[in-house]
Amino acid sequence: MSLLDELGALCEVREPWPGDLVDGLRPQVVARPASTAETSEVMRFCHERGLAVTVRGGGTKQTWGMPPARLDVIVETLRMDQVVEHAHGDLIATVGTGLRLADLDRVLRENGQQLIIDDLVGGSTIGGAVATNQSGPRRMAVGAARDLLIGVTVVRADGTVAKSGGKVVKNVAGYDLCKLLTGSFGTLGVLTEVTFRLHPVTAASQWVSVDVDPGELAGPVERVLHSQLVPTALEVDHAGGTGPVRVAALFTGTEEGVASRVTAAKELLGAGAGETDATWTGRFPWLGDDEPSTDVAALKLTCQLSSVPALVQETARRGVAVRGSAGAGVLYAAAPMTDLADTVAGLRGWCLRHGGSLVVLDAPGTDKTTLDVWGSDSVGGLEIMRRVKHEFDPTGVLSVGRFVGGI
Amino acid sequence: MSQPQGDTAGTAADVLEDLRGHLPEECLITDPTRLAAYDCDGLAAYRVQPALVVLTDTPEYVRRAVQACAAHRVPFVARGSGTGLSGGALPHADGVLLVTSRLRTLHEISAADQRAVVDPGVINLQVSKAANPEGYYFAPDPSSQQICSIGGNVAENSGGAHCLKYGFTANHVLALDVVTPEGEEVTLGTRAPDAPGYDLVGAFVGSEGTLGVATGVTVRLVRLPQEVRTILAGFEDTDQAGAATSAIIASGIVPAAIEIMDALAIEAAEAAVSCGYPEGAGAVLVVELDGPAQEVAHEFDAVEQICHTEGCFELRVATDAADRAAIWKGRKSAFAAVGRISPDYIVQDGVVPRTALPQVLRRMTEISAEKGVRVANVFHAGDGNLHPLVLFDGSVEGETERAEEVSGAILDLCLEHGGSITGEHGVGADKAKHMPKMFTADDLDTQQMVRCAFDPDGIANPGKVYPTPRLCGERPGRHTGPHPLQAQGLAEIF
Repeated sequence: MSLLDELGALCEVREPWPGDLVDGLRPQVVARPASTAETSEVMRFCHERGLAVTVRGGGTKQTWGMPPARLDVIVETLRMDQVVEHAHGDLIATVGTGLRLADLDRVLRENGQQLIIDDLVGGSTIGGAVATNQSGPRRMAVGAARDLLIGVTVVRADGTVAKSGGKVVKNVAGYDLCKLLTGSFGTLGVLTEVTFRLHPVTAASQWVSVDVDPGELAGPVERVLHSQLVPTALEVDHAGGTGPVRVAALFTGTEEGVASRVTAAKELLGAGAGETDATWTGRFPWLGDDEPSTDVAALKLTCQLSSVPALVQETARRGVAVRGSAGAGVLYAAAPMTDLADTVAGLRGWCLRHGGSLVVLDAPGTDKTTLDVWGSDSVGGLEIMRRVKHEFDPTGVLSVGRFVGGI
Repeated sequence: MSQPQGDTAGTAADVLEDLRGHLPEECLITDPTRLAAYDCDGLAAYRVQPALVVLTDTPEYVRRAVQACAAHRVPFVARGSGTGLSGGALPHADGVLLVTSRLRTLHEISAADQRAVVDPGVINLQVSKAANPEGYYFAPDPSSQQICSIGGNVAENSGGAHCLKYGFTANHVLALDVVTPEGEEVTLGTRAPDAPGYDLVGAFVGSEGTLGVATGVTVRLVRLPQEVRTILAGFEDTDQAGAATSAIIASGIVPAAIEIMDALAIEAAEAAVSCGYPEGAGAVLVVELDGPAQEVAHEFDAVEQICHTEGCFELRVATDAADRAAIWKGRKSAFAAVGRISPDYIVQDGVVPRTALPQVLRRMTEISAEKGVRVANVFHAGDGNLHPLVLFDGSVEGETERAEEVSGAILDLCLEHGGSITGEHGVGADKAKHMPKMFTADDLDTQQMVRCAFDPDGIANPGKVYPTPRLCGERPGRHTGPHPLQAQGLAEIF
């Protein structure tokens, strides 16, 4: 009996398509469980046979992180796409992880609510966004996925189903696995159902933007950041090289409130500031209009807030395009493939000296094993992380080798 | 350092012997009368005298003490100000109590980076006081903020009235210096968000001292709002006040805080602090709005209208700090105030979905009547966090038991409605027995895997949070084997 047939007895399966390859590795089977129970069956089966599993939602970030060391089965979550509960009076929603962010947004907006996780790649599922800790401009106001996730159902490597958190926002019963699992890149378990706290959709929303010389960036950024205007986002964008930096601030609230804050913000941003739709803030800088660019590497850089203007100058000097939140200190960059290792080492050193870190999310066409994509040597608590992995996945079947320190 | 013999765990006396000569004598407390001062935290119903108290004046003392405990496999419990309400810092009879309250240095207040770096013994309110001149504050504000420590806030993931809008301690901690239960010093997280790797900071915050001891804490500072308005609204009963709460949330407003007190809680507060709440109110609603002036003005009009629609008979507004303090005085003193109307009381802490509040409150009234036990209610209505105060007289036979029954029944009620057994006070020693009602054996087992990773010998605050400790498997070595890519000759990773 083939693996396809055996797994086919547990849930819907299919032969892999070319698009299923992960960094060149071809799985034997794509399993498509429709429920937590089916996911549990699939994981138990794979665990017993020592089959290596990676998880896939929309497949928009499959090449992030290190290539899997082994790959036999992809567990695709797309059939777990139900909205289990939208308790709008409680501002929470429980959903399957295979649901796409855009589809959830449509459902929530019917009741004037939203989950504030920006989908900067397009087509992300909720599970993928949580697993990669995807965040965008509005994290400045509400935090990242870790701050919005209040309950989780996870299927462990051996098929055990476990829950943490719940469906109330305020809850300190037991360890918070929601935060541990967010950004864990599928190395600890398969997320099947999650509960989020939601926010109301505001009546008005307006971006204000200005172009400034990179050397003049600190002024407008700091004036808005330390104002009492409560921007929902404060973004910077620079193409690398000598051109100007775009600075944009987003204000959300009531019609009158937004109008008056926009007027005040224009003053703070300086001459030339004006209302804009700032659509660029909704895309990662390495994405073209349709397809990801294959001649740049995707980096995530963080630093302390006061250093963001200097970081933009540093990336500009190196010909690296950068875009991201000057309000959170989390930026994304598109780095040329030429001398990538040098660029990564140089910028990583800079970020570490300024309270942050650098991760190479993706480097198309490159052997990522030649890059220290996670900067593991500078990660605090790596030994404990290895032990956490060992506890959750003692035989090493889940997303093998994709995470920090070879986890 | 002396080593334990074979597999036998040592005693606190062994730890004491190790520490003598390394720590000043005045930091090592063994005198029973002095030990008695540390026999409980804010939950005084539970008392255990520790075998040894170590006062830690520097992070180095913490490391030494934990290393000594680890070497002899002696349990230890960390304690800050000792204000916790779930017995999280209840000492272990054969163990060491590590007191961090003398670690009180505010290392840095940086408005430019919106960060503060503080010692664990620093008092919550001191952080805001230090940051206020720069226009910033530390948002988590438990009612005990004048005396509770940041280390304790980290351990318990403390909330407060304003966490409805601004989140809990977990949403405000970026990095931690930690002494692990094996005595190693590690820094988790970074000054910037999203440190690479697992979010161990997120796992540590709220772990109630079971994953190690924090010796340094980096927190987020929040810009002071341009405008704050606090509204005090008197209603006939809690149903009306609850309906107003729901209507406010449904209108899309996220207030900084929404609190409700019922008639009995008001009576107690009036007796204690003469807060002058609206006369004859069966319930008061406190709503605080903050943010840009125009947004607040708009929200205020909406809240005022909603209150009147839902039956409010008196509405007061505070626009300056003094008026605001007067309104909050009644609310923040409510726990202590019930002492004026009852010799003894239990402070309960449970959570329900906000929309279930009216049903839950009605059922609580029934339970109270059935058992003949009075229950005063003070709660964070915005997020469904109830703090029923169960009143009793311990000197009357049977009253204590009846009060405990009512208190337990209230938690069951929370769980029936899909809520939680604790919203902010923690599980501690008090509620470990209730955890299996909320989670399955697999859930609890999975959560405890985190503990095995941090504390394989189970010496950090044992017996708290989880009723049945997981037996941790064999500890993986520093390197459990070559990395798969290394094995395949593809990469040198380490």
